[in-house]
Amino acid sequence: MKIVIIDYGAGNVKSVQFALERLGYKAICSNDAEVIKSADKVIFPGVGEASSAMQEIKKQELDKVIPFLKQPVLGICLGMQLMCQFSEENNTDCLGIFPVDVLKFNNDLKVPQIGWNVINNLTGPLFNDVKEDAYVYYVHSYYIPKNDDAIALTDYGLQYAGAIQKDNFYACQFHPEKSSSIGEQILKNFIEL
Amino acid sequence: MVTKRIIPCLDIKDGRTVKGVNFVGLRDAGDPVELADRYSKEGADELVFLDITATKDKRKTMIDMVEKVARKVNIPFTVGGGISSVEDVNALLRAGADKVSINSSAVKNPQLINDLANKFGSQCVVLAVDAKNINGEWKVFLVGGRVETELNLFDWVKEGVDRGAGEILFTSMNNDGTKDGFANDALKKLSEIVNVPIIASGGAGSVQHFVDTFKQGKSDAALAASVFHFKEIEIVDLKNTLAEEGLKVRL
Repeated sequence: MKIVIIDYGAGNVKSVQFALERLGYKAICSNDAEVIKSADKVIFPGVGEASSAMQEIKKQELDKVIPFLKQPVLGICLGMQLMCQFSEENNTDCLGIFPVDVLKFNNDLKVPQIGWNVINNLTGPLFNDVKEDAYVYYVHSYYIPKNDDAIALTDYGLQYAGAIQKDNFYACQFHPEKSSSIGEQILKNFIEL
Repeated sequence: MVTKRIIPCLDIKDGRTVKGVNFVGLRDAGDPVELADRYSKEGADELVFLDITATKDKRKTMIDMVEKVARKVNIPFTVGGGISSVEDVNALLRAGADKVSINSSAVKNPQLINDLANKFGSQCVVLAVDAKNINGEWKVFLVGGRVETELNLFDWVKEGVDRGAGEILFTSMNNDGTKDGFANDALKKLSEIVNVPIIASGGAGSVQHFVDTFKQGKSDAALAASVFHFKEIEIVDLKNTLAEEGLKVRL
């Protein structure tokens, strides 16, 4: 099993790598197109700001790699948002894997949403052995609205997509690598796809 | 909706926890990794590590500790103390920290908040503020409460959030160490003037104090050290009580 975490300079690659290690899987961090393409599973993490992250991705020509991957890919947090069409964060054109736009949370709420919230309406293998209304850890200011590709929903002022899936592309807004045993189960499910 | 968070705080000196940790069943109560793991298993929602190492050359020890914690612990954690540049933050985040907290360095150089928010996103920038109520006015203090400034708590927090801080960690020096409860009036006011989560710190002595800071103080999270280190309050009991009081917690 070859697991590659895409390392384009956006934050928490190590957290994901360590979480996989706790599950007994070795993962390599790389931004090399050939290494990424040859992986059995690809994880696309990210924390930070959308436009500068997209700039990095383009500079490293990963925009010509990620949307064309055929193996299971898991986007996490900003990684998920960058897999969408467009983000309101500094009006950023993203990778366009999911035909949906990323919106800013309404200002009546505390933004960023920081903390533990529940996921429900769980669909598909990513959530095997995960109960409805399980707690996961979120840190984000922008969200992906409820849409046809949603495989988990979360409430924060409104109901939005906690996770999405289309073909081989999976993505979650929460951080499975920081979501205690629930998150570890979700990562395990992805690796075992 | 998001739950209220319980956050144990560990003071770190030269890579070891200090300030009295009295934990039954730990092989070594000074080992931050072991203590962090214990807290995460007991239901802590997050952890804060505060580096109180005086000298710059010991920073490498902190980075090593952060990496060891990140390897072991499956909940988020914040690292603070002695952070004064984008490079400092980059090293900590790359080692596996989720957030950083900045305090004195942000007062001396407010532009640092903008720089960190632009580079890493607001979600990982916690502005820590120590303040004391002097004759009715909340004044900001620096260097662990040793240096008084002319800054007003509320003005400074508002400026910090405008500059991009994603969370406020407010320690009331009047309450800290008293075990008489959190500074709920000031906390409530902070929640009213800014739109980011507020972490209450200073004064935790009983379970009821946590209930009060979430209900009266409108806090989003509460941080404490000694009540957890000395097992005066068990996290699981605390969270059960909060749930009985109708507060949303992760059990």
